[in-house]
Amino acid sequence: MLLLKDKSKEKGAVEGSATWSLTDRIGLAICWTLGLLFCAIAVAIVVYLMIQGVKFLRPEMLWTPAAAGFTETESGGFSDAFIGTMIVATLGIALALPTGVAIAIWLVEYGRPAALARITESTIEAIAGIPSIVLALFGTVIFSSTALGFLSRTSEGVVFGRSFFAAGAMLSLVALPLIVASVREGLNSIPRHVREASYAVGKTKAATTRRILLPTCRPQVATGAMLGLGRIIGDTAIIVVLLGATQNFAPVEGAPFPFNFLRGAGTTLTNFVYEASPTGNLNQPQKAYAAAFVLLLMVLALNAAVDVVHRRARKVGTWSH
Amino acid sequence: MEEQLPQEYGPKWSDQRVERMLVALVCAVVALLLALIVTVFVRAWPSFSHNGLAWFSSGGSVEDQLNAISLSAQTSGEYVYTFHAWPLIWSTLLITGGAVLIALVSALFISVFIVEFAPEWMSNILQPVIRFLASVPSVIYGLLGVLVLVPFIGNHLVTEEQKASVAGVISLTGYSLVAAILVLTIMIAPLMVSIFSDGLRAVKPGWLEGSLGLGVNRWRTTWKIGVRSARPAIIAGTVLAVARAIGEAVMLAMISGSVAFAPNPADGLIFIYEPSRPLAPTIVKNIDQLSSPPFNATLFSIAAVLLFSAALFSLAGWTARRAMRKYLMP
Repeated sequence: MLLLKDKSKEKGAVEGSATWSLTDRIGLAICWTLGLLFCAIAVAIVVYLMIQGVKFLRPEMLWTPAAAGFTETESGGFSDAFIGTMIVATLGIALALPTGVAIAIWLVEYGRPAALARITESTIEAIAGIPSIVLALFGTVIFSSTALGFLSRTSEGVVFGRSFFAAGAMLSLVALPLIVASVREGLNSIPRHVREASYAVGKTKAATTRRILLPTCRPQVATGAMLGLGRIIGDTAIIVVLLGATQNFAPVEGAPFPFNFLRGAGTTLTNFVYEASPTGNLNQPQKAYAAAFVLLLMVLALNAAVDVVHRRARKVGTWSH
Repeated sequence: MEEQLPQEYGPKWSDQRVERMLVALVCAVVALLLALIVTVFVRAWPSFSHNGLAWFSSGGSVEDQLNAISLSAQTSGEYVYTFHAWPLIWSTLLITGGAVLIALVSALFISVFIVEFAPEWMSNILQPVIRFLASVPSVIYGLLGVLVLVPFIGNHLVTEEQKASVAGVISLTGYSLVAAILVLTIMIAPLMVSIFSDGLRAVKPGWLEGSLGLGVNRWRTTWKIGVRSARPAIIAGTVLAVARAIGEAVMLAMISGSVAFAPNPADGLIFIYEPSRPLAPTIVKNIDQLSSPPFNATLFSIAAVLLFSAALFSLAGWTARRAMRKYLMP
């Protein structure tokens, strides 16, 4: 990789496309066209949503809950959806991050028996490949079982099975493979002699991992967490199935404060956009644009954060190879 | 630091104990996946056992069958399971196949461009753009599709004669195969580009230099040596993209048309303007019927087919990559 990078710097000096045959030059032209086309698509998406967002987004939408109404001015805002996205993101990442880091540590540092390590790798790969709608259906089965009834609304022994807890738990599975992959990459990039030095001064494996390896690959942990977060706030299928088709919080009565909301149904920005689009039940395209714009801003912020972490990690430099 | 040392050496964080805890966690995740697979197939079993292989065949209207299934749960008596999913499967095949084909070709060109030919400033722009396109939530793609692309196709691309020619069968409003394929392409191509370009960067420089040294130009070297030795990565990226495309539910529920209709290529070019509905969006659209037992089994049978085909593709990709082990970096 390093060699290629050096080569790319002196690219112009090596060879231009002037001596190539016509077909090769047409190929290069296709490359340029497609590259510019994708840039244009990205710019178009951002600019279009920004125009629509600025046109239709009113700040009070962020703190007005949705209400029943016939016109777009009567039907309130999407504060519940906005807060719902935050709740789901917190729950999902709070579950996925420790699990993902632990799995990555086991895979890289322990990994015995080897058969179990191979099975785990395939499992993580398989989870990454499962469509989220299938995860959502599986969620309806486990969270409407009586054993997990305390996580959602129950009435007369029938478990409702739709709650922030249920959605957050299934969404953590969506983020898990990304976190495992990123942390594994970070741990693998730490040279062997760093570990050996730590063992030589009498540190145990667990202490080495906690005090030296994990702090070293903090950028990769952060990257994995943010990639996972982006996937969590962008997922719609699991929310539609496991959080309910309401546009307001539906807290459970009789539970102490945070739990009455977390056990109840709710909504998120993705769900709001889906329902407010012309194919959904609400059909308020203006508000759908506004919510989509807020969602896009979140995604852009996460992307920028990943970039910053990458750049800082490269500047500081972890270990010289 | 000093006062924390005893704790690290104590029994609480001893190596054996940590390892045992981690193994338990890993086993739990593996068990969760097994539980998922078993649950989906057990729940789907009534539908498969009633229909047999006819599940995959065509016959009758899918909407009527779904209505009959939901009705049979409300009016007591025998549950109805009859379900012939061919229009849904055909729509999935067309949309996934079309999108993956277009995305594969364009992703190959773009990743070759990023890795080898783009000037530094261009690849510095393209890489964040690709990462951004990969991270845009599917519901935003769906919204833009519904409010921009679909009306455009319906008002400008489909002619009145075309609308009239199929008026008795289906209405062409812009919710169409071509809209679904285009948006899906933009969703999965970035995924492929990031994996392809990692693969291209990992090609041994010596192999490329050998070819360059023999006087082959950079374009041909990249395609004949670079892309060929990056084939394992290309397969891996394609498999991942196929899995994503098969499972994409929300975006397709919004713009594919939500009519269980099987577009027929024999109709001529008009078939790309015809609406349809793939398997995954069918689950989303009918999710409120989940509580009725026969409908539950039907939805889970669709999920089982999705799960099975995703697994099949991963297996195929794994086998193909195994055969190409020699290209992998040591």
